Amino acid sequence: MIRFEQVTKKYLTKTALEGIDLELPQGEIIGVIGENGSGKSTLLKLIAGLVRPSKGRVLVDEEPSHRRIARKVAYLSELETYYPFFTVQQTVDFYETQFADFNRERAREMMDFMQLDPQAKVKNLSKGNRGRVKLVVTLARDAPYILMDEPLSGLDPIVRNSIIKGLISFVDLEKQTVVITTHEINEVEALLDRVVAIRNGKIVKVVELDELRLNEGVSLVEWMTSIYSDNANQSKEA
Amino acid sequence: MKDDFQTSSPIYLQLADRIQRRILRQELTPGEKLPSVREMAVASNVNPNTVQRTYSELERMGIVETRRGQGTFITQDESRLEQLREDLRQQQIRTFVQAMGEMGFSPQEILSGLKEYLIEQEEGGNNRDSV
Repeated sequence: MIRFEQVTKKYLTKTALEGIDLELPQGEIIGVIGENGSGKSTLLKLIAGLVRPSKGRVLVDEEPSHRRIARKVAYLSELETYYPFFTVQQTVDFYETQFADFNRERAREMMDFMQLDPQAKVKNLSKGNRGRVKLVVTLARDAPYILMDEPLSGLDPIVRNSIIKGLISFVDLEKQTVVITTHEINEVEALLDRVVAIRNGKIVKVVELDELRLNEGVSLVEWMTSIYSDNANQSKEA
Repeated sequence: MKDDFQTSSPIYLQLADRIQRRILRQELTPGEKLPSVREMAVASNVNPNTVQRTYSELERMGIVETRRGQGTFITQDESRLEQLREDLRQQQIRTFVQAMGEMGFSPQEILSGLKEYLIEQEEGGNNRDSV
């Protein structure tokens, strides 16, 4: 389980997250949603141990998160993090040397599924195919936690769909938990078990989606619109 | 093609509904094995947990049974499936009659309208103007 205890993160004078208390259960696909600059990526980086909290603790399976948590956490960065002179296969081989839980067979299946040419140079790939390579090297790991920062952003609908299908096909929710930040709410709506809505560094709400649909009869988009407008009104009154 | 679900009601129930309809249309037959959770998730573009919940719901209703290590199968209990057919029929009629009632139609008007519509349909028209 991932747990945040009163976590605040400041970058110099800017507060990215403030007073976060959060528990993310295992075996789910969890969406972290919010506007640009709301603190979504910082939340993910804190779990991955890539940044440290200014206050409070982030625990992954009761262990404070730090750089070495990478052996339990597979992290897909929003940025492009490959070596451009590698081929797709060399990129996969490189990741295999870095992570003991790397599953070479799954990587091969995923390359097939994504119709990636193992011999193609990464720098010559389309943006969509580079997005697919990132998914391959992330999901090829048998890591208990998979974190994906904006895996769909800037990609065309066909690529977004193939990445979603790839995730559904290759993740094992009996052993893995997925946390994904995204703007593309419509596209991931049917994919998510639970949503953490963030605004201005604070958690607005955490909700289980089928509960939301059952109890309130609204979609995620409708719910987002309503909580964000409530929230805006409250901050005006304050 | 992507299956689109309505996002304002629980997806696991919508998926259960679709499977029930396929059973009534006899696209799925008694004793038939359903796709694995993952296959169904990929085919419907939903979370595997959602499919798991759908299968559990159908199992609770006695429509499917899970055999350990083998998968999920449509029940062979034909009377349960007959009951399902009757339940869904009643449910649909209730919804229809209630909606017509809310618009102020009398039982006679509902009946005669329905008859006319069915006759027109049978005569080969896809004419929906009378509805």
